Amino acid sequence: MICIVDYGVGNIQAFLNLFKRLDIDCRRADTPRNLEDAKRIILPGVGHFDHAMQRLNDSGMRSRLEELVLHCQVPILGICVGMQMLAKGSEEGTLPGLNWVPGHVRSFAGQHQFGSLPLPHMGWNELRTHSNSKLFSKGFESAPQFYFLHSYFFIAEHRQDVAATARYGLDFDAAVSRGHIHGVQCHPEKSHHWGEQLLKNFVAH
Amino acid sequence: MLRPRIVPCLLLHQGGLVKTRGFRDSKYVGDPINAVRIFNEKEADELMVLDIGATENREAPNFNLIAKLAAECRMPLCYGGGVTTAEQAVRIVDMGVEKVAVSAAAIARLGLVTEMATALGRQSVVAVLDLQKRIGLSARSYELSSHNGKLTHKVDPFLFAKNLQDAGAGEIVINSIDRDGFMQGYDLDLAAEFKRLLNVPLTFMGGAGSLKHIGELFSSVGVVGGAAGSLFVFKGKYRAVLINYPTPEQKMIICREALKF
Repeated sequence: MICIVDYGVGNIQAFLNLFKRLDIDCRRADTPRNLEDAKRIILPGVGHFDHAMQRLNDSGMRSRLEELVLHCQVPILGICVGMQMLAKGSEEGTLPGLNWVPGHVRSFAGQHQFGSLPLPHMGWNELRTHSNSKLFSKGFESAPQFYFLHSYFFIAEHRQDVAATARYGLDFDAAVSRGHIHGVQCHPEKSHHWGEQLLKNFVAH
Repeated sequence: MLRPRIVPCLLLHQGGLVKTRGFRDSKYVGDPINAVRIFNEKEADELMVLDIGATENREAPNFNLIAKLAAECRMPLCYGGGVTTAEQAVRIVDMGVEKVAVSAAAIARLGLVTEMATALGRQSVVAVLDLQKRIGLSARSYELSSHNGKLTHKVDPFLFAKNLQDAGAGEIVINSIDRDGFMQGYDLDLAAEFKRLLNVPLTFMGGAGSLKHIGELFSSVGVVGGAAGSLFVFKGKYRAVLINYPTPEQKMIICREALKF
């Protein structure tokens, strides 16, 4: 069972629609009980970092998630702000992140090398896949295009955790994989066949 | 690198799809869900759906229809029409819509944009400005309007766009009323002026009659969205309804030639 964590932040419905079309069993999980038989976990997220962290902390699911991901090694995929939550923290807020993938979330606007490109970074950009991450294990022979919509970006502390980078004024870590813990800044649920392939790779055994 | 977006814009009226000319003469062009399915197959960059009846008839957004569109849509979706509160915008985003557009309600009360940005994050807040070129005056004079062009507002559209950006709009859509449906090309001077002025993602609409027009927009203002209605729903001079969209290869050629990368 694929569980999409519903803590009141993010586009749960888009994932349910997509997995249904791919004929993959999935469920909206909004209580710890709903996470029980999770074989894969998707952690979506949009909006403000602190708001998302606060909602997750208040959801009653955080400790169960920690148990599943850190002790039972259930693979998880954080998406957009859901990826940023895997870091230690974010320049966007003051709350600590989950710290499951060592790294920080920075603001594009605050980087001197960024220049004055429009923000948010919105639209289709190319991913440069770097590692043999499970996310890109199949179907990514040519340069993939993904949909992005964000103003903050992830920088991993350990380069071996970086699964893909993208460029918008500067290079940033667009996907991370640390063992069974994955995150992507872009939106696979809205990225047509590229996104489908990434999600298929994530759920494959 | 980030590439420009090619965005079909679908107009809703009483649950059906229509297409207008100069914001009038609306012609029924089919079923919205069916259109979304076709754009899914064609892997459109994103989709904008605007309910042009809602504000004029003082109706709330048609949440049932939005939920159906969102469930079907496999690309980023922007919905606009009849949204007057941040709560409505949150409800729409919860259905699986990425961005919510406002126009008349933001002109009436700029604070709405800030409230939406607080509730959703500015990345999900889109402001649409319908502009009509003033006739008989200087070429650079434009009038801001709402309610399908029936109400005009005595504000400077450029200044107001800047205020929208400062208030929290994460994208601004500039719609040329006098070019709508005529398929003679975008108002490139207008586009250049907004591009110089603003620093949020921009989308231009009104006038695209060919992929060449979209290429012209990108080569003159760079990485922006080129939206079109007629171009993607009509075929040929008799305006036969046929939903179409460039192939991924055509799209890459348009972007490459325009931006020389």
